[in-house]
Amino acid sequence: MSDGDDLWALVWGFLGISLLSVGGGVAALPEMHRLMVENQGWMDDLAFSKRYALAQAAPGPNVMVVGLFGWHVAGITGMFAAMLAMCGPTSILAYAFCRLRGHLQGAIAMRVFERGMVPIAVGLIAASGLLLAQGAAFGTGGAPLAIAISIGSTLFVWRSRFSPLWVLGAGALLGATFFQ
Amino acid sequence: MKAPTNRALFLTYLQIGLTSFGGVNAWARHMLVEKRGWLTEQEYAETLGIGQVLPGPNALNTAIGVGVRFGGAMGALACALGLFAGPMALLAGIAALYDAYGQLPLVRATLTGIAAAAAGMVLGTAIKMGVKLQPTLPLLAVGLAAVALALLRAPLPFVVLGLAPFGLAAAWWKLRR
Repeated sequence: MSDGDDLWALVWGFLGISLLSVGGGVAALPEMHRLMVENQGWMDDLAFSKRYALAQAAPGPNVMVVGLFGWHVAGITGMFAAMLAMCGPTSILAYAFCRLRGHLQGAIAMRVFERGMVPIAVGLIAASGLLLAQGAAFGTGGAPLAIAISIGSTLFVWRSRFSPLWVLGAGALLGATFFQ
Repeated sequence: MKAPTNRALFLTYLQIGLTSFGGVNAWARHMLVEKRGWLTEQEYAETLGIGQVLPGPNALNTAIGVGVRFGGAMGALACALGLFAGPMALLAGIAALYDAYGQLPLVRATLTGIAAAAAGMVLGTAIKMGVKLQPTLPLLAVGLAAVALALLRAPLPFVVLGLAPFGLAAAWWKLRR
């Protein structure tokens, strides 16, 4: 396959994902996994989870991970192409909606839509977490420790009010010490 | 309070983009509501709610909502560009470094540790959100069905469009009573 084919597959892939991504970038991760790992074979499970880790360790919206996926496929062109595909059309939609919004304020339909779609989004985010944990656990020498880190960080983020950055730091430290 | 200029919108979102470790929304709220005082708590919550319901990245949709409110199309552009300018530049640097050093044993090991922790962070956030929603039984069932279908690798269109009628019916049923 030529580079041009890869670039188009990347753009079309993320275009399709963006239009159905209720609940934001993280909820769409399982679909990105399908595109990057299962359908196109551009990377393996562990590489996928690591790209997400890289994006989390840097500031910015969660969706930045799409830029890293794009970079992996086609360098800096791929980064901009994937981000534009992921953000462009939905931005225009958001702009149009915000312009119209005045008429819809407080409408019952809006509330039903919000309440009905949010559980789906939360479910998709939970599935993303499990897929990422699986990616981190397989392909390391220390699967039990990777799983323990994932469980520990789940509990920490769920039960405490401290910044999630603490678990990323702890994960980095444990990884550096035990995964070499 | 005077409405912010497009320049001020751009600069504020530039700052939000560069400081927002671990997700934008908390930082954006802090900046827009507490530091700048451009939006009330309620106004920010509404704008965020719309950003989350629309398809696409939440943080970007919310930024567009804020931009439209104060500066129309140009305001939306200012916020969107401000949000992405910093992180995109940083990320290009990170990606280049990763290409160069990503295979070093220490880097690989560290990143695997972060990956395991980040996975838990996503899962923990989902549980937190789910608990906060206090879903009725039917809404909980819809959420769990979404988890199961996604793990069984059902394509996203099937999950979203297939479960939407049930989610909407459950929400309508709850609001009606």
